Amino acid sequence: MSNAVIIKDAVKKYGDFVALKGVSLDIKEGEFFTLLGPSGCGKTTLLRMIAGFNSIEGGEFYFGDRLINTVPAHKRDIGMVFQNYAIFPHLTVEENVAYGLKARKVPKAEIEPRVREALELVQIAHLAKRKPNELSGGQQQRVALARAFVIEPSVLLMDEPLSNLDAKLRVQMRTVIKKLQRKLGITTIYVTHDQEEALAISDRIAVMRDGVIMQCGTPTEIYAKPENPFVASFIGVSNFLDCNVEADGIVDVQGEMRIQVPVSRNYVGPARLSARPEQLFFAESGMSGEVQFSTFLGDFIEYEVKLDGGQSLIVNEYTKDTTDVHEPGEKVHLSFDPSRISVYEAESEEVITC
Amino acid sequence: MLKSKNTMPFYMDPWFWVKLMVFVIFALFLVWPFSSIIINAFKSNKVDGFTLNNFDKFFNKKYYYGALWNSVAVSVVPTIVAVILGVPMAYLMTRYNVWGKKLWHILAILSLMSPPFLGAYAWIMLFGRAGSVTTFLAKYGITIGTIYGFGGISTVLALKLYPYIYMYTSGAMESIDSSLEECAENLGSDRLRRFVTVTMPVVTPSITAGALVVFMSALADFGTPMLLGGQDFRTLPVLIYNEYLSETGGNGNLASAISIIIVIITLVMLLVQKTWVSRRNYVMSALRPPKEIEVHGFKRFLVTLPVFLISFVSFLPQIVVCASSFQHTNYSSFTGGFTFENYQNLGSRLWSSLANTFTYSLTAMVFIVIIGILMSYAIVRRKGKTGGLLDMLLMAPYVIPGSVLGLCYIVTFNVKPLILTGTATIIIISYIIRKLPYTVRSASAFLMQMDPSVEEASINLGVPPMKTFWKVTARLMLPGVFSGAILSWVTCINELSCSIMLSSGRNNTLTIEAYTNIVRNSVGSGAALSAILTVTSAVILIIALRATKGKISV
Ligand SMILES: Nc1ncnc2c1ncn2[C@@H]1O[C@H](COP(=O)(O)OP(=O)(O)OP(=O)(O)O)[C@@H](O)[C@H]1O
Ligand SMILES: [Mg+2]
Repeated sequence: MSNAVIIKDAVKKYGDFVALKGVSLDIKEGEFFTLLGPSGCGKTTLLRMIAGFNSIEGGEFYFGDRLINTVPAHKRDIGMVFQNYAIFPHLTVEENVAYGLKARKVPKAEIEPRVREALELVQIAHLAKRKPNELSGGQQQRVALARAFVIEPSVLLMDEPLSNLDAKLRVQMRTVIKKLQRKLGITTIYVTHDQEEALAISDRIAVMRDGVIMQCGTPTEIYAKPENPFVASFIGVSNFLDCNVEADGIVDVQGEMRIQVPVSRNYVGPARLSARPEQLFFAESGMSGEVQFSTFLGDFIEYEVKLDGGQSLIVNEYTKDTTDVHEPGEKVHLSFDPSRISVYEAESEEVITC
Repeated sequence: MLKSKNTMPFYMDPWFWVKLMVFVIFALFLVWPFSSIIINAFKSNKVDGFTLNNFDKFFNKKYYYGALWNSVAVSVVPTIVAVILGVPMAYLMTRYNVWGKKLWHILAILSLMSPPFLGAYAWIMLFGRAGSVTTFLAKYGITIGTIYGFGGISTVLALKLYPYIYMYTSGAMESIDSSLEECAENLGSDRLRRFVTVTMPVVTPSITAGALVVFMSALADFGTPMLLGGQDFRTLPVLIYNEYLSETGGNGNLASAISIIIVIITLVMLLVQKTWVSRRNYVMSALRPPKEIEVHGFKRFLVTLPVFLISFVSFLPQIVVCASSFQHTNYSSFTGGFTFENYQNLGSRLWSSLANTFTYSLTAMVFIVIIGILMSYAIVRRKGKTGGLLDMLLMAPYVIPGSVLGLCYIVTFNVKPLILTGTATIIIISYIIRKLPYTVRSASAFLMQMDPSVEEASINLGVPPMKTFWKVTARLMLPGVFSGAILSWVTCINELSCSIMLSSGRNNTLTIEAYTNIVRNSVGSGAALSAILTVTSAVILIIALRATKGKISV
């Protein structure tokens, strides 16, 4: 049996409120898959449906080709890392880690070495005899992690496991998690609302909003080719400009620029264009405006430029590419590479570039 | 249909069966008996069908309606006095470095959990017609007013019940964020003003909650007015008892009507307090609990003195009774000296009543703990459509006084299909129904603080839900269950008003035995039995307080 997770049209209702509106995902075996989205979009809800802690109001959940909708939570063979760790407070670190093995009736002789190995993997073997209230947040996190993967589950679920840690520890722990997942090859579904974390850790990401998947793809796909303005603005920083598609990918940008973009389908009419700050550059011609503000950030300089039309854009210029710094008040022209921007229909917000 | 495919049938859910079990227990031993006396109250030997005769009689004879006013008076006045004693004590205890804090706290708990007739008995020993203080003063020609009747009953009840106010209020005072009071201080209020404008509004809901408990306990109290009421001052619980004993035919029609009236009074008070509080609810969680003010020397003496006086006077009965139990007696009065004869004369009565007390209370405890764990979990985590109803059923024992429940059981279980009167079983059942709420409340409060994902983690690791419940949840709930169960247990041991109606003599517990001896004026045995009872309760409570590091709340 394969350890892929396939979700078809999952629907979750809390009374009249529909928290998930038909979510479909196809998560491959051994993949590090992330659910990313703003607070309240339904990430936890979906994860808990997979784990078996939420009722399912519609849709089908498969592990490999096995339908698991009616399989009770304790028989799903899933490891889960909870946001607040949920370590058993009355058990020591090693008893916590051994808990799942005992439930699985693993022979005693086998439990001990497996617990030790797991604790060594997360580098807390020296804390084995401690009680949870004698551990720091990061150490508890490692216990929760060890406890979840030591049972060698077919799927590992993690709900914002790093959100209670400080920024530095968060970066450190996410590397630990990523390496561990690579090493063990467990299919992992990871929930976060931190886009940077998602980009750093995932093989693929599903960006969610209001119970709907907005885009699903690799970090580079999602960053470089956001399929809608929501994804463009949620992942990284994007500048949006109103524009008009005239024909065959000819785009008129507020009467100041006419560019040709590669399109996947024909559309004529009002549209919105999104460009990342590093895709905009200063040029001889293009959109004219005035530098408002500049911030030196080491490897690049961030400018705020106010276009003559009144709109403000963020422009990043790498320090290695330039020597001169534009001062506030300076008149400039901005341009961009048409092949690297995205254009969306104004009304439906669907992407037309490819 | 998709939906039914995805959810398990209700009968597969163990919690369905737990709730059903609880409902059956309450239906059988609360709803049914109580409905019986409602019906009973509208019946009479003299007429067929339903009638208002009993209520007519009640409201037309001074003998009866006088008791209603007496009851209201000895509930309202002790409540007011308890507030006057309890609130300042709570303030001093939470805000100042009072000497011997822990001791006063323990004394407060001990007097609250003392046998229900103890205060009255001790006061009679001191100030009664043949009381030691009375006779001493008489030598010098000084006479003091009588302690029988309204004044004595109110004093005894206020001194016994003030700890409810003290504990509810100090709980609230500890939850006031100190920045709130500091803020008032910065704005230039002096301490008294700050107390009136900032502290009081925040703690009043707790004070009223405490006052309600005091009122209901005083209204339901049976031992005190029985001993101190004499021939002319009767309260409703006393009437219920007398009426049932004296009514020929033993239908208890009038007693039932009186029971309905007393329950209506408690219900009204409950509703008044609830609506009042819901209109002004200050939810607070102290980020920085208020810090203790350090005072020294004479000032420290001054803040300690009131606390000492209040807790000492309310604890005094226990000392008086224990001390008296070692005095010689000439049957109906103490004659001084030191002796163990009161204890030696107890003989087999002591052992049988002691055995009954422990058998009944411990059997009840087994059920209370198991049902309490299951029920609090069902209320907190599986509320569903019936959780609210469960919660309401739990209030019932607060609203229905012990003597009323006793009457309910006599009326209902004296006849087929279920004859239980005169058995130990019915006493144990009455303990379970009446004292379960302490355990459920304490366990629920504890459970609410507990992270539900710990249970999910266990299920997720492959342990089925019910096994997880016993292995993890119930295990983690133990401290909360324990502190509630201890209170349940001690109050079972001291239970009088219900068990005295249900006991057939053979089933007398220590409390009933002690009380009976006192009423029969057999003062030596009465004192010795009361002393044993008091010390037993105190030892249990002190051990429990040590074990929980003082975390027992009433
Ligand atoms: N038990 C519940 N009853 C009713 N509504 C709920 C319940 N649990 C969640 N919701 C609602 O469902 C929506 C999705 O909640 P969910 O917890 O899945 O969000 P999330 O994406 O995990 O957010 P966060 O990042 O804040 O954890 C929210 O609008 C929430 O209010
Ligand atoms: Mg969440």
